[in-house]
Amino acid sequence: MVEKVQMLKEEAMQALQAASNLPELDDWRVKYLGRKGGAVTQLLRSIPELPAEERPAFGQAANELKGFLQERYEARHAELSRPTVEMTEAIDVTLPGRPVNLGRLHLTIQTLREMYAIFGQMGFQVEEWPEVETDLLNFELLNMPPHHPARDMWDTFYVNPKVVLRTHTSPGQIRSMRKHCSDPIRIILPGKCYRYEAVTARSEFMFYQVEGLAVGRRITLADLKGTMVDFARQMFGADREVRFRCSYFPFTEPSVEVDMDCIICGGEGCRVCKHTGWVEICGAGMVHPQVLSNGGYDPDVYSGFAFGMGPERVAMLKHDIDDIRYFYSNDLRFLKQFG
Amino acid sequence: MRVPISWLKDYIDLTLPIEELAERMTLAGLEVGAIEHIGAKWDREKIFVGEIVEVRRHPDADRLTIAVVEYGTGEPMAVVTGAPNIRVGDKGQKVPFATRGSRLIDGHSEELRYFTLKPSKIRGVRSEGMVCSEKELGISDDHEGIMILEDDAPTGVPLQDYMGDTVLELDLTPNLARCFSMVGVAREVAALSSQKCRLGEWPQLSERIGKPSLPWVELEIADPDLCPRYTAALVRDVQIGSSPPWLQRRLTLAGMRPINNIVDVTNYVMLEWGQPLHAFDYDLLRDRDGVTPPSGVPVIIVRRARRAELMTTLDGVGRALSEDTLLITDGGGPVAIAGVMGGLESEVAEKTTNVLIESANFNNISIRRTSQALKIPSEAAARFGRGVPPQLTMIAVERSARLMQELAGGTIEEGIADAYPVRPEVKVVDLTAKEVERILGIALDTEQIVSILESLEFECQVEGGVIRATVPHYRLDVSIPADLIEEVARVYGYDRLPTTLMDDELPPQQRDYSLEGEERVRDILVGCGLTEAITYSLSNLESFAKLDPGGAPPDPADYVKLSNPLTTEREYMRRTLMASLLEAVRDNLRYTERVALFEIGRIYLPQPGQELPDEPRRLAIAMTGPRDRRSWRTEEQRYVDFYDLKGVVETLLDRLGLTAQSFAPVEHPTFRSGGAATIEVADVEIGVFGEVDPKVRTSFDLPAQPVALLELDLEELLAQVEPVRYHRPISRFPAVSQDMSLVVDEHVPAQQLEDLIRRAGGELLVEVTLFDVYRGEPIPPGKKSLAYSLTYRHAEKTLTDRQVAKVHARIAKRLEKEIGARLRE
Repeated sequence: MVEKVQMLKEEAMQALQAASNLPELDDWRVKYLGRKGGAVTQLLRSIPELPAEERPAFGQAANELKGFLQERYEARHAELSRPTVEMTEAIDVTLPGRPVNLGRLHLTIQTLREMYAIFGQMGFQVEEWPEVETDLLNFELLNMPPHHPARDMWDTFYVNPKVVLRTHTSPGQIRSMRKHCSDPIRIILPGKCYRYEAVTARSEFMFYQVEGLAVGRRITLADLKGTMVDFARQMFGADREVRFRCSYFPFTEPSVEVDMDCIICGGEGCRVCKHTGWVEICGAGMVHPQVLSNGGYDPDVYSGFAFGMGPERVAMLKHDIDDIRYFYSNDLRFLKQFG
Repeated sequence: MRVPISWLKDYIDLTLPIEELAERMTLAGLEVGAIEHIGAKWDREKIFVGEIVEVRRHPDADRLTIAVVEYGTGEPMAVVTGAPNIRVGDKGQKVPFATRGSRLIDGHSEELRYFTLKPSKIRGVRSEGMVCSEKELGISDDHEGIMILEDDAPTGVPLQDYMGDTVLELDLTPNLARCFSMVGVAREVAALSSQKCRLGEWPQLSERIGKPSLPWVELEIADPDLCPRYTAALVRDVQIGSSPPWLQRRLTLAGMRPINNIVDVTNYVMLEWGQPLHAFDYDLLRDRDGVTPPSGVPVIIVRRARRAELMTTLDGVGRALSEDTLLITDGGGPVAIAGVMGGLESEVAEKTTNVLIESANFNNISIRRTSQALKIPSEAAARFGRGVPPQLTMIAVERSARLMQELAGGTIEEGIADAYPVRPEVKVVDLTAKEVERILGIALDTEQIVSILESLEFECQVEGGVIRATVPHYRLDVSIPADLIEEVARVYGYDRLPTTLMDDELPPQQRDYSLEGEERVRDILVGCGLTEAITYSLSNLESFAKLDPGGAPPDPADYVKLSNPLTTEREYMRRTLMASLLEAVRDNLRYTERVALFEIGRIYLPQPGQELPDEPRRLAIAMTGPRDRRSWRTEEQRYVDFYDLKGVVETLLDRLGLTAQSFAPVEHPTFRSGGAATIEVADVEIGVFGEVDPKVRTSFDLPAQPVALLELDLEELLAQVEPVRYHRPISRFPAVSQDMSLVVDEHVPAQQLEDLIRRAGGELLVEVTLFDVYRGEPIPPGKKSLAYSLTYRHAEKTLTDRQVAKVHARIAKRLEKEIGARLRE
């Protein structure tokens, strides 16, 4: 008798697949699951007529079939109830797609992320410090006592004589050294900086900087060069060349400017590199012994390098942007070009 | 600093082409910002050194003359000129002479305008060439008369060959004080090209050195901390007049304006040696009783100014001085602001015959402060401010006295007065090859290091591997071994430095969840179709006040305020991102109709009793305009409203895994009444959002359309985020969906209804979706209908119709009991 149930199941399933619309499906339902004459209903009604020993097994099989078919029916019903969306006629594949509302990351942030990634591979981790900073950290502990001539290099916004808007991310060198002293350090310090400067195509009063700092027992200027070459090649392309040019920062000694061969002309000379073949990518140097000492590191044992890089400058070189004012005027026509 | 190559050649031979030299100098730290070629535009075939052979009267014009000029052809040419500095009867002057086709600058034009010289008739007289002014040749702005050359200028030689030149424009960093002079630059070039400087030899006047007081002057330094040395010489019977052309030309090329032979000599020696000088009219200086020569012996007292002391400087400006200003005074009062500017009274003028030359040394910080406070950025102050070694005063005073004698016909008075109360110590710095290697990463031997240092005039003695380097007096920038290492590196050449990667211990690496969280929020919002803005952190109180129309104006004490803002528009550090973001929206609406921006940035909150403010991060969002971009597939243009922004907020919270979120209506001055909500996560209020109030909109010049705006505390938001989210098993059993339409009082918030449904539904109710809100017939006034799709599922078995019906009914009953909700038929 159980075979009978199995046969009915197979028959019903075939019929179910054949039902291709809702009226046909309804017919199927009446035929197999209908309360009055449905095949499964009849099967169940026939139970009392069976020998007593066969009833439990048959009853269970029939009930399971009922549940199973009911479930299949609902699934098929749901399937057939869905509106027909299939298109049959040919479509104009050249019509534009339905617009998606797009967002973009700010170019500065995109550039910072690239820098985090590149320096991250070399073991540099990100740390952040205040934008409103003490004169002590922004200048004095970086070898610039009040009225030091080097202060002319940074036109400064003052909150009061002892508090400034940081003119560079370099005060973070002291803060990070004091935090990690005397562990080895490899960090980058991104953030906004401010300078008392008229806004032009080349200068903004607010901009980002990324400070890099490595301190350890065996850190050399040659390592700084290697780090800069690695960065330039990963950021701007595998065949970039880097050169050091002697420079001056009160908090590094020796100090250098890091130049990269011009990515626009490849060193031939063009508008971007002012016909020198080289473009400046950052200021850098070996951390001054006094600064190491101000950070808590013994300069006779430890050495370190530091660099300060402008992500806007990096982005301007990379994307051939000739005016820094685009960055913080938030014109969507600019912002939407990247990312 | 402008360095004419012709001048530099006085001290060294140039072995490299200019461009290569400029590159070497730049790499060694003397950045050549520009190379200017003087006379490069003077056509060698057309512009020559001319000689005036005759000057005739113009037959038809009083102001014009006819100059006949020989320029090497043997056939002098007659040209008409209006120059006031040649007169009828003149003969023999050498002048720049341009012939037909020369390209010259229009002397009468304010702007730089070139023209090509053509033969013309001037008042009836034909003229085929031109005698030129400095301006016409592009040498200076002088168009007063024609340029007069040296008497020995070779007639007929192309002008470019005679006086063409190249000027290197150096951008000097503050440590290069020593290169603020031709001699300083020459020393550097010498070291870079392995040669020695020729610094000139002149008879020493040293036997007369060292007496602060001589029969002709008495020196007194009252404040030696600010004036370590004061040296003076006296030149009698000078004839004030113009300097010779070579000197004038050098000053002009170096960027200074020639004035007269005495002042020009002081400037020339300053440019040459870096020691600023001042020339006083000796006969105007007074003795202690206020008597001037010849009977009195003038006294010079260097002292700090007295409170509110007054003096008139060379530029004719009366100045009230502060007590930290250093003055040069005589028996009658101030005669100069030390190192910054001379006084008007004792200025060298046409009638001056006796000149006292001041060659002094002043404290650089004091001079910088005075120069900045008085806003006098003079060449002297620029040099003193960076630092000048006191050893220079004697060289400079001798050099200038001799030049005055030579050029102004004076005689040098016996003796040089020299008060030298504070002598600098000789600096000796020790260095080892090992230390050089530790810092630079290159192994140089001791001999190499010594040879480099000696090329820079450091005297070196090697004792047991230690180099003891005596620092030249003019190297104020060198005091520790690291300074010497830089010297070694830049002369050795940074291009020869190897490229290595750090092999030092790698510091422990730690994740920065705070930054990661911030970056995640950015990515989520970009995914929601928002573009990131970064606005200025500096703004103004008026802008902040616009967020609260009718409210009390912002209290400046609550803000970080700049004491020296660039403009009043950028004077205060923000406490909110909303104002600047709305301004960005406004700016963008000028050319686009749909704007959806977000910003993550810091705000600045002053903390009582603390020097620095707190700088927590905030997130702001602003959206306005059509919800979708216009296209052939967009059916209907709808404008962004509150619920678009709420969708973004829900997405953000959902993606951060913050399920315990709730929203409550709030009245907030920035938002329209009844159109704003607070956001709470885990019972902490983290922000507010809504539709901007029309008055606020107007004050930000925004159009009359909904602007949805949000600001939340990013620190609080991220604090709620759990670092790890745990998996919930997905049930294998089928879900059953049933709809439920409810009619409730208008004032019942949807969230309350949903909370109740969820509570009543218990575990089996897995999803609640509101799919319709309806008001109007047949729903009675004051009521609304909300239709939900409720999804039931059991984790471990298939639900029966009966079980579902039971829960569904329970929910309905509970809703009716608690808030009087009725099932809609």
